[in-house]
Amino acid sequence: MLETLLEAFPTLALLAWEPPGWGANLVRGLGNSIQIALGAYALGLVIGTAGAFGKLHGGPVTRDLLAVYTTVVRAVPELVLILILYFAVTDLVNQGLVAMGYARVQISGVVAGIAVLGVVQGAYSIEVIRGAILAVPTGQLEAARAMGMPPLKAAWRITLPLMLSNAIPGLANLWLIATKDTALLAIVGFAELTLQTRQAASSTKAFMTFFLAAGVLYLLVTLISGVAFGRIEKWARRGQRDGGAGS
Amino acid sequence: MKNILLTTLAALALGTAAMAEPVKVGIAAEPYPPFASPDAAGNWIGWEVDLIGAVCAAAELDCVITPVAWDGIIPSLTSGQIDAIMASMSITADRMQTIDFSDKYYNTPTVIVAAKGSGITPTAEGLAGKILGVQVSTVHQDYAQTHFAGAEIKLYQTQDEANQDLVAGRIDATQADSIALDDFLKSDTGACCENVGAVADDQAILGLGVGVGVRKGDDALKAKFNAGIAKIIADGTYDKVSAPYFASSIYGG
Amino acid sequence: MSGFWQTHRIVMAAIGAVIVMLCAIYLRWDWLPKYLPLIGQGIWQTLWLLVVTTFFGFLLAIPLGLAQAAGPWYLAAPAKAFCTVIRGTPLLLQLWLLYYGLGSLFPQFPAIRQSELWPYLRQAWPYAVFALTISFAGYEGEVMRGAFKGVPGGQLEAAKAMGMPRLTILRRIWLPLAIQRALPTLGGETVLQLKATPLVATITVVDIYAVASRVRQDTFIVYEPLLLLAVVYMIVTGLIVLAFRWLENRVPSRVA
Repeated sequence: MLETLLEAFPTLALLAWEPPGWGANLVRGLGNSIQIALGAYALGLVIGTAGAFGKLHGGPVTRDLLAVYTTVVRAVPELVLILILYFAVTDLVNQGLVAMGYARVQISGVVAGIAVLGVVQGAYSIEVIRGAILAVPTGQLEAARAMGMPPLKAAWRITLPLMLSNAIPGLANLWLIATKDTALLAIVGFAELTLQTRQAASSTKAFMTFFLAAGVLYLLVTLISGVAFGRIEKWARRGQRDGGAGS
Repeated sequence: MKNILLTTLAALALGTAAMAEPVKVGIAAEPYPPFASPDAAGNWIGWEVDLIGAVCAAAELDCVITPVAWDGIIPSLTSGQIDAIMASMSITADRMQTIDFSDKYYNTPTVIVAAKGSGITPTAEGLAGKILGVQVSTVHQDYAQTHFAGAEIKLYQTQDEANQDLVAGRIDATQADSIALDDFLKSDTGACCENVGAVADDQAILGLGVGVGVRKGDDALKAKFNAGIAKIIADGTYDKVSAPYFASSIYGG
Repeated sequence: MSGFWQTHRIVMAAIGAVIVMLCAIYLRWDWLPKYLPLIGQGIWQTLWLLVVTTFFGFLLAIPLGLAQAAGPWYLAAPAKAFCTVIRGTPLLLQLWLLYYGLGSLFPQFPAIRQSELWPYLRQAWPYAVFALTISFAGYEGEVMRGAFKGVPGGQLEAAKAMGMPRLTILRRIWLPLAIQRALPTLGGETVLQLKATPLVATITVVDIYAVASRVRQDTFIVYEPLLLLAVVYMIVTGLIVLAFRWLENRVPSRVA
């Protein structure tokens, strides 16, 4: 089976794990992509939670600043934001350090990638989390208050679990965006999956083989994530009636 | 959530602290054989990569090869993501306004490659009305725009893409360094094409050879690279590094 | 508008204006006059790509959505697979697969090279248009699936009861109602499509992003061209949002 396949498509041998195959490179690239996607997603969630809180409970200045942030990030292409943040942030950090009398530091590609994509993710997370909090029925909170639950406990026991089930579809979508956006880091020369694919393809001239292989890898990540998020949503909605909160 | 935050912060701290010491030498993250290209094991190989090792050893620098995108390589240097550029970058007056260069470490002629039997010559008349592909932000782009105004000039992020589009018939010719194009012509895909000759020299544009790019004012590093280059040329290391790649020296006059 | 101009907003606007002034004075803009014609062409190219690919992408999305919402399995399954693959892989990868992958196969066939199509296949923009169109169709197809499913069954049953032929029902009742439902998300999807257009610069299409890169590479000025880009995209986004708001107001919200 494998032999006949290899005979029909000799370039498939280039996907082998050991050199001269490039399989290990692709998987390494995938590892980098996932690492950055995870970091950026986590950073995005932190920004998103803080930002959603600020938008709901912050003062007028906080709210307006957050509105500027989300509007700008959602209007400017990620590619442009990545270039601006990639060069500007490292430059500013270094100028700041030099001004304060410290030596320049070098910010690794992984950290820069996480920071840049995290800021982009944060803007979208704010809206998802804010929407999910707003969708929590006020009756639930009023009931908690009527029972004499302190506000923090109500937030932890009532708002968070209810909001989570509302937020999960949006957050799942954001995760998929995070994994796909890592491909944009190829433009700044970061060795994630798309750039590794590109380098392997240009070195061997087997473009179709490598691009299709990378497509399969991305698709696997998407499909596996879909199943995982489906499970998580089921778990988060435990104890809720079908078509309960959020629909 | 807290754990995620902590690990992110830890990653940030480690990422910055661990990278403080060695000299980051930027190369272009693209296959540019025989100077620098990635192999299947994920390492960078080629003459320039070997030379970086030799120069750094001679200059007693602890160098780390850092691939960055060619079109962002000078901003990467000025913004501090890398400390030096050794990516076949020619020393030109334009670039000298933004960065400094060490002494040259090689200098080769510039040639035009076109499809076999195309009848293209490396002159303004020969290229008039043709599509000429060049790598963006190179001396070749400047040269083509100055001397081959009659051609349609198409810009590529990497020379490798220009070569591919020449094979795919999307451009009629490409202009680049003779060594890099020789290597392309020797490859399987390069069979389509031939070297139609060197372009007339224009030192103001084509520069004085290839040097190590460093940040303006980073004179200590520049001096170290100069010393390293001088040393490997004097003690024969330069020729030893070049022997596996080139029949004759590419140091140039 | 009196509610908008609160004290803190006036202060913020003033700070914003000062920042813009500082940018105008202290950053380098001397390259602007020289590149103005190129910038104009770049913006035109971006807008043209956006309009063409959104239009054709939407046209493709209708059958994709319909097949998934109401088609037999042999139409629904491929439509779903198409949407999953498009949405599950990065657009950059799709673009490179088409341009460098498929594009490098074409010239191996002399028949293609000699054909009438070759002058087009030789250029980069057909690949850009194709990739962006199918990408938009993939995302919008998913939206249209929901929109077709969301049309109240009563409307369709009423039409059927009146003896309307099936195609007429689709044309007169189902499709307009579905498009009306999809309209609020269409604006957002169009903004996302705008944000996807700069990727075509990586396959040598000279859009506004490519022009800005050219400026960066010619002059070694890092931030100013990128700031200009950000402003251009924000203005276009604003125009898209306004256009769709206008469109939504024109479409009556009740088609009872």
